[in-house]
Amino acid sequence: MTNRATPDTAQQIEIYRRMALIKANDERSRKVIMSGKLVMPYYSPRGQEVIPSAISVNLTDDDYICTIYRGSHDQLAKGLPLKDLWAEVAGRTTGTCKGKGGPMHVTYPTKGIMVTTGIVGSSMPIANGLAWGSQLKGDGRVTVAYFGDAASNIGAFHESLNLAAVWKLPVIFVCQNNEWGEHTAYAKATSATHVSDRAAAYAIPGVHVDGNDPLAMFAAAAEAIRRARAGEGPTLIEAMTYRFHGHVFGDADAYMDKDRKAAAIAADPVPRYRAQLIAEGLATEEQLTAMEAAIEADIDEAVEFALASPFPGVEELACDVFALEEAR
Amino acid sequence: MNAPAAAAVKAKKTNIQQAVNQALADALEADDMVLVLGEDVADPEEGGVCGVTKGLSTRFGEHRVRSTPISEQAIIGAAIGASLVGFKPVAEIMLMNFTTVAMDMIVNHAAKLRFMSGGQTHVPIVIRTMTGTGFASGGQHCDYLEAWFAHTAGIKVVAPSSPADAYGLMRSAIDDPDPVLFIENLPTYWTPAEAPEPGQRVPVGKANVLSEGSDVTIVAYARMIQEAMPAIAQLAAQGISAELIDLRTIAPWDRETVLASVAKTGRAMIVHEAVTPFGVGAEVSAVIHEQLFSSLTAPVKRLGGAFCPVPFSKPLETAFAPQTADIVAAATALMGQ
Repeated sequence: MTNRATPDTAQQIEIYRRMALIKANDERSRKVIMSGKLVMPYYSPRGQEVIPSAISVNLTDDDYICTIYRGSHDQLAKGLPLKDLWAEVAGRTTGTCKGKGGPMHVTYPTKGIMVTTGIVGSSMPIANGLAWGSQLKGDGRVTVAYFGDAASNIGAFHESLNLAAVWKLPVIFVCQNNEWGEHTAYAKATSATHVSDRAAAYAIPGVHVDGNDPLAMFAAAAEAIRRARAGEGPTLIEAMTYRFHGHVFGDADAYMDKDRKAAAIAADPVPRYRAQLIAEGLATEEQLTAMEAAIEADIDEAVEFALASPFPGVEELACDVFALEEAR
Repeated sequence: MNAPAAAAVKAKKTNIQQAVNQALADALEADDMVLVLGEDVADPEEGGVCGVTKGLSTRFGEHRVRSTPISEQAIIGAAIGASLVGFKPVAEIMLMNFTTVAMDMIVNHAAKLRFMSGGQTHVPIVIRTMTGTGFASGGQHCDYLEAWFAHTAGIKVVAPSSPADAYGLMRSAIDDPDPVLFIENLPTYWTPAEAPEPGQRVPVGKANVLSEGSDVTIVAYARMIQEAMPAIAQLAAQGISAELIDLRTIAPWDRETVLASVAKTGRAMIVHEAVTPFGVGAEVSAVIHEQLFSSLTAPVKRLGGAFCPVPFSKPLETAFAPQTADIVAAATALMGQ
């Protein structure tokens, strides 16, 4: 890639802030679940913080994302307020979806978070529709579809890449390759050496990037977003990362190689990037410590708000099925 | 328009294929946010395999009337996404059996996004699909699968039997803020009948009493109306007064009209081409029994397709779906004759 885009200092600090927010939110989520105060299916994004953080600083609130059940990092990076998230995952009326969606269906159009799906691969066909809408309106918005490496084996991936290529849609397909599809290792389920190689089948750029390197991720995203905004069509980005935990909270992850996992955790991208920002003089220890303290305080407030919020009344069962309830 | 001219328009004949085409054209004309997409729908691809969308892309542009790859998940996904940002897409899934390939998009997403988002988003799409036995297309091209969708909260299901209803229901379906599955009966596409009034809506959820009677209520929809109409005449000749209700909308079905009729007649039969077990007839029958048990003079009868895949061989295919004679026999049995 020529003229590789690089984030300025403010963007770098913002990428780190989003990463730190995702990490802290994950740690708190697991703690609160362990305390017994919250019951939810929880898919930890720990280890994958860089990808949406470095992408989202290239996006505006008007740009759209579609994400998946392991999506709290994508949502927070796109600007989802903590209170709305926590209240939703706690099933309260004050949540993004009045507690009716839950962690796998967080929706927040104010920040362009249009769909969160619990079905592997299903973020992509809908992302195409959002992008088609932007193409028709000429509004310059782009849509990012997030999904995992295992989703590249489902039909929706192939149908979506093909349609996006044929229609030259302003969409970016971001595969977060965390080496695991539920309990099955990448190579056991996926014929391609790299998911990005599959882009060739659809005559679109396929970018293989270190998704734990904020600068590389930023550059890959910037170019894909530039292409999309310029009407040059879709890009498939395969961002390499690693899932620090099992598929779902409570999964003992015995199937994950212990040495590989230990190595990935030792290379934790969050403290690594933190140290890099300080070493390069882009931020000070005090500045980042204060930032992290502010994040913790925000999470404290969000958790407290969520757990103090009311549950929806049972009358909500009859609301939002159709626009008009007489339709039932 | 003066009176003789209006009468001339009124007397004009059309068919369901033309009526759907006209409804789409009028909707595209009336609202820039209306889109049409699907396999072969644009004019370079001949405006659909049955020509239902012929002329639309030439008139409104291929950016609004767009042929797609043979990719049903991608088609419905594109329709859903565009609808989330204000468009009103009419997506064609050529044949109803092909909806099976897009069930995730239809059932998990189109039907549920309004509820799961707490009402923040909604999916005002129409899914057009054609089906029906009669053209010897065998086991994978003509099933009636409406019960699968009617069983899913969040999607409406309509099945017109006449050009006027096809036009009016299509306009209403496009206006509707929620997803509507629009089932077109392929073998009756070209049957001539009275033309619709331009712009006229037929409300979703309203049945139509086609023939009034006092002895037995026959509830049917889609092509079964064509089998039931001659049955009504034959029953009359036997001295049995049958009331024929065209359900038109399967979900949400018009309980009020059906229950009022059965309260009057005391006997009811539901006729559909879909297989009988776990079908729409079971639902309608259950509600009639729940609401009118003490006033029924006979148990409600269900008449549906045989419980087997649709067969190819002509005599088998003909025997698969209820026919006029079956309806007459079932009504006669209900009368205890």
